[in-house]
Amino acid sequence: MPNIKPGYIVRMKVEVPENKRRLSTLEGIVIARRNAGLNSTFRIRRLVAGVGIESLFPLYSPNIKEIKVLDKRKVRRAKLYYLRERLNPLKRK
Amino acid sequence: MGMLSTLSIGHCRPPSSPSLPSSLSSSFLLRPTAPRLSLRIPAAPRQRPAARRGLAVTMSMEAGIGVMGTKLGMMSYFEPNGTVVPVTVVGFREGNIVTQVKTQATDGYDAVQVAYRRVRDRKLTKPELGHLQKAGAIPMRHLQEFRLQSVEGFEPNQRLVVDEVFKEGDLVDVSGTTIGKGFQGGIKRHHFKRGLMTHGSKSHRQLGSIGAGTTPGRVYKGKKMPGRMGGTKRKIRKLKIVKIDRDLNVVMIKGAVPGKPGNLLRIAPAKIVGKNIPKS
Repeated sequence: MPNIKPGYIVRMKVEVPENKRRLSTLEGIVIARRNAGLNSTFRIRRLVAGVGIESLFPLYSPNIKEIKVLDKRKVRRAKLYYLRERLNPLKRK
Repeated sequence: MGMLSTLSIGHCRPPSSPSLPSSLSSSFLLRPTAPRLSLRIPAAPRQRPAARRGLAVTMSMEAGIGVMGTKLGMMSYFEPNGTVVPVTVVGFREGNIVTQVKTQATDGYDAVQVAYRRVRDRKLTKPELGHLQKAGAIPMRHLQEFRLQSVEGFEPNQRLVVDEVFKEGDLVDVSGTTIGKGFQGGIKRHHFKRGLMTHGSKSHRQLGSIGAGTTPGRVYKGKKMPGRMGGTKRKIRKLKIVKIDRDLNVVMIKGAVPGKPGNLLRIAPAKIVGKNIPKS
């Protein structure tokens, strides 16, 4: 389980129970992390067909099969909600 | 001096630990003894007390033997398919030992008395110690009874093991003392509606009417009013056992149970009429 922080760009493999437990890969930028022990969650923002999608995952969910940190962007906030107003969060700077 | 000091300890004990006498004269014990007394006092009419006793037996019968435990707190549990389940972790201290087996012949009803939580022997009174020594058990703080259909297979000083009594997926009834809330108003205590806070209203969190006028001329008994809330025994029914951990000696029960961490809980199989409790 890598240490996940806001500003990290991650690629993760997630098992989707609604979709017959298929593995789906998604890549996005971590914009928030909520520390609550076992209930810790993180929020990922990505672009799908030009539309921004945010998804919230429990950090210790058994549905997350793999998390790989691709890049570490330098950020000055704990919550990167301002990226919602930016168009493409993956290609900034 | 030694006598004096022990005496003062004995006097100090009831306010510091009120559970000590109440554990012996708990409601589990009180209810069974009442019909027995009524049997003895009226010697001539024998038929009626027997019928009343039969009714009382069906009222408080357990679906099976249970155990006592200590609430440890709540957490979330991830099931293998990824679902998050809110669970209460219940731990077990040393105890859950059968101290007495009551039968129809000797006591007028069938029950198994279980003791829980080991204490130093100077923490108990001599009668309590003697009762436990009669069964050959270690000194323990809490005594509770489980009234059963049959008490076969139970003997004094038998240890009840949690994962033999329950298994994962079972439904259980959990009872314990709720958190005391002190003196509370009708809104918090009985879910009354609130009055208008503004627009000239003077009835903000008040009760409203408590009954009609001259015709009854009194307030009915049992009218819901402000008063002491919480701190009473409450049973939460049909909770599912999510996981039993043998190494940690804990049980995870889905949902919330009464009291704060450290509270004494009584866990018994869920009573479902028609399934494990006969329809009467």
